[in-house]
Formats: sequence, C-alpha cells, structure tokens
Amino acid sequence: MANEKLYLYPLWIRIWHWLNAVLFIVLLLTGISMQYSNPENPLLISFELSVQLHNICGIALSINYLLFIFGNLFTSNGKQYKMKTKGLFKRLYDQSVFYLFGMFKKQDPPFPISLENKFNPLQRFIYSTAMYIGFPIIIASGIAMLFPEIIIPQLFGVSGLLVTALLHVVIGFVLSLFLFIHIYVCTIGNSIISNFRSMITGWH
Amino acid sequence: MKLSKLILGCICLLLSFSLYAQKETNKNHSCLKCHAHRTYKYMNEDFGMEIKESMCSNRMIDTLAYQQSNHGMFKCTDCHSPEYETFPHAGNLRMELMYACNDCHAGDPEYAKFHFEAIEEAFYESMHYNRSPDAFTCWSCHNPHTYKTQARIGEKISETVSYDNNICLSCHADVSKYELLTERENINILKSHEWLPNQELHFKSVRCIECHAQLSDSLLVSHVVMSKDSAIRECTSCHSANSHLMASLYRYKSLESRKGSGFLNAVIINESYVIGANRNKYLNILSVVIFGLVLIGIFTHTIFRIFKSK
Repeated sequence: MANEKLYLYPLWIRIWHWLNAVLFIVLLLTGISMQYSNPENPLLISFELSVQLHNICGIALSINYLLFIFGNLFTSNGKQYKMKTKGLFKRLYDQSVFYLFGMFKKQDPPFPISLENKFNPLQRFIYSTAMYIGFPIIIASGIAMLFPEIIIPQLFGVSGLLVTALLHVVIGFVLSLFLFIHIYVCTIGNSIISNFRSMITGWH
Repeated sequence: MKLSKLILGCICLLLSFSLYAQKETNKNHSCLKCHAHRTYKYMNEDFGMEIKESMCSNRMIDTLAYQQSNHGMFKCTDCHSPEYETFPHAGNLRMELMYACNDCHAGDPEYAKFHFEAIEEAFYESMHYNRSPDAFTCWSCHNPHTYKTQARIGEKISETVSYDNNICLSCHADVSKYELLTERENINILKSHEWLPNQELHFKSVRCIECHAQLSDSLLVSHVVMSKDSAIRECTSCHSANSHLMASLYRYKSLESRKGSGFLNAVIINESYVIGANRNKYLNILSVVIFGLVLIGIFTHTIFRIFKSK
C-alpha cells in the first residue's frame, strides 16, 4: 500500500495551487515592502511598484480563489476539507506527537495518506482554516482597501480603514507563517522533494 | 426689609447683565442689518422713497460663521474705519488698507503659541507672496470674518483636512477668485493630480499643504507654499516610517490625543491610516517574536531530522 502510487492532485488543483503559490509570494513580498516602506532599503520593492503589483496579484488571487471554491463544490476534493468535530482534538494531538517525536523514532504515520484522506488531521484542520476563514477575510479586507469608499468611516470610534488594514495585515502575517510551515512540512516525505514533485505530476 | 433689598439688588444685577449681553449681541447690529442679508433698504430722503438694493456678495457677512470665528467678539469698527457708521459710506473708505495678522498679534505673549512672526517670515518665502506681492495677503486664505483655528478645536483630523483644503479650493476651484490674484489660466486640479492613485481618498484624507508646503518642525502649519515643481510626488515621503505627515497635523493630533486619553489609547484609537507609516510598535515586536519562534521551531526540527536520520 505504501509503495502504491496515488493520483491525488488532478490538473485543476495543481494549476490552482501553483498560481496561488506564486501570487501569494508576490503579495507577501509587495505587502512587506509597503508595510515597512523605506526608500533607503534596497531589499524592498519600490512603493509605487508594490502598490501596482499588490493590486493586480490581489485581484488575480481572488479570481483564483473562486476556482478553488467552485472546484471544491463540484468535485470530490471538497470532502478533503471537511472534519468531524468528534475526536478532532485527539486526532490533532496524535498527528502532532508523530511530527514531534514519532517520526524521529521511525514510527509509521498515524493517519496514512489515501485517496479519501489526502491530508492528515493536522493538515486538514490548518488547510481548512486557512482556505475557508483566512482567505475570505484577507480577500474581503483587500477588496475593501481597493475601494476604500465602501469602508465605514468609523467603527466604535476607530477609523474603519485602520481596522480593515490591521485585519488585512494580521491575517496576511498568519497566512505567511502558514506558508513557511507548509513549505517545511512538504519536505517531510519519502525524499525532501517528493511532495513538491507530487504537486507537479499529480502522483503521490 | 433686608430680604426685599436683596431681591431688588439681584433684579438690578440681572437686568444690567441682560442689558450688557444685549448690547454685546447688538454691537454690530447697525452694520449687520444690511451686511448680513442679500438685500438692504435705505431711505432716500431727497425723494422720500424707501429704496431696496441687492448686497454685493463679497460684502456679505455670514453672521453665524462670524460669531463662531476667532474674531467673532470684535466690533466691525474695531478693524474697519469708524466712518463706516455713517450711511451712505464715503467712497474713499473702500481704499482703506486692511490690517494684516501681525498688526494686532505681533509681539503679544498671549499669542506666542501661534508663532505669528514665524508664520509671516514663512509667508514672505511662499510662492503665493512672491508671485503677487501686492495682491496676496493673510486674508487671501484666511477670511477674517470666518477664520477659526480648526486644528486646535476640531475633533477629527478629517474635519481639519476638509476645512484647510477648502481654503485652497476657494481659489483653486473658483475662477472668479483665482483671477483676482493671477493672470494664469485656471488650473484643473483633478487633471493635474491624475497621477495620484486613489485620488478621492487622498483629497479627503490629506491636506494640500502636506505636499505643497515646505515641511516645518516648529510651525503647526507651514506657510512656505511651494511652486508645483517643488511639490512632493514621491509616495514614500508619506508612506514610510519617517512619514512627512507625522511632522505636522498628525503629530499634533497624536500628542493632543495622548494628553486626553493616554498613550495606549492614542496608539489604538487612531483616526488615520497610512500604509507604510502607521506601524504599531507592539504589534511589530510581537510579529518578530512569533516569526522568530516559528523559524527556531523549523530549525530545531530540521536538526533533529538530520541527527536522527544517521
């Protein structure tokens, strides 16, 4: 079973995934360049260019997100993001213990990958949270800042624009942490690059 | 007997106070009965006819705005010639030279915090004064009948921005007033600012003088208005840690807000948001700590993987 090849990632998922990855990285770099804007820092992208790139990639990422939503609605891939609450904590705990200790003791993974369970419980929980909570918030707040006239001027005495921007930056930061952890965890496979290759070929 | 004397005394005091108040309110009545209206009437005694005329619009006074303005407590003849008290007014009165700010405010310790002398020096350096030294005065921007120090009394930055920008727009969006000061063709500011992204938001949130006046650390409002070639066009002048905006109104408002609601509230309850300039120190530290912990976690895990795979 362990050596059997599984076709886990159909073409539309791979296209969505790599588009999402490239756009997210550009958004992260341009977002940092705007947030920490400093014309004297050569590592940052210029503010004008950052604004334009961030706007274009933000719109592209939002359209790409629709592909993800519709793909999940109309294919079986949507099931991979559903979780049963019963025993969730136990499953998350078991998977965490595997990552922290079990894998170093050469133990078998507690939740082996199958066509029905592409993700282990920890992945399922984090991916669902990122895609169904994080992404909608960052996209909605991003659209609001693209059209600031739609933002409520004052929210409980605080500038609506400030609240929106803060939400956008905080979620962006959390999602960027996810990106780093995601890339690192993807190196935990049969070889360091096997998971990356899977997302190119579709075969695990 | 004593009680009745006391009551009588109180009544007299109230009466005199009310008469004084009425006198204060009516101090400008003889002027405003004509100058507060679009039309005025007078008796042509030669012909025994009552004549109704229309009031020239720039001779009209908005009484409410005048009462609320910084100079609202003055009698008209405190600044204008007492000869105006007779009607019809003598023609040569129109030639009277108006007072400039420092004719009253210079050297007065009570007004030291407004830095009138420094403002005057800055004004003489301004492009406005140097292009039309005879025509451009303090009153070209600050209408003496309505002017109030908005930033010091305004609750919100947006109100101050709107008030201050309307001063600029009173000429730069009104051909009739603009033509009084220059021979140049009128400027279409929407077109000349086409390059500015999110133009409407910038116009609502930023004062014209933030980009068009020289930065001043000592004056709340810099009065060295520059030519358009010297205006700021770099986004990072405002959108960066050393934001140009933090030198004037925004710094003042932030300091005032800290006095009123404490430092932390001023940091949290911030009216304005400027990408690249608004950075919360505590959030910055927190994000660096969290990011550092994640990297340390990844690094430690990697070390264990390398060590255990041997």
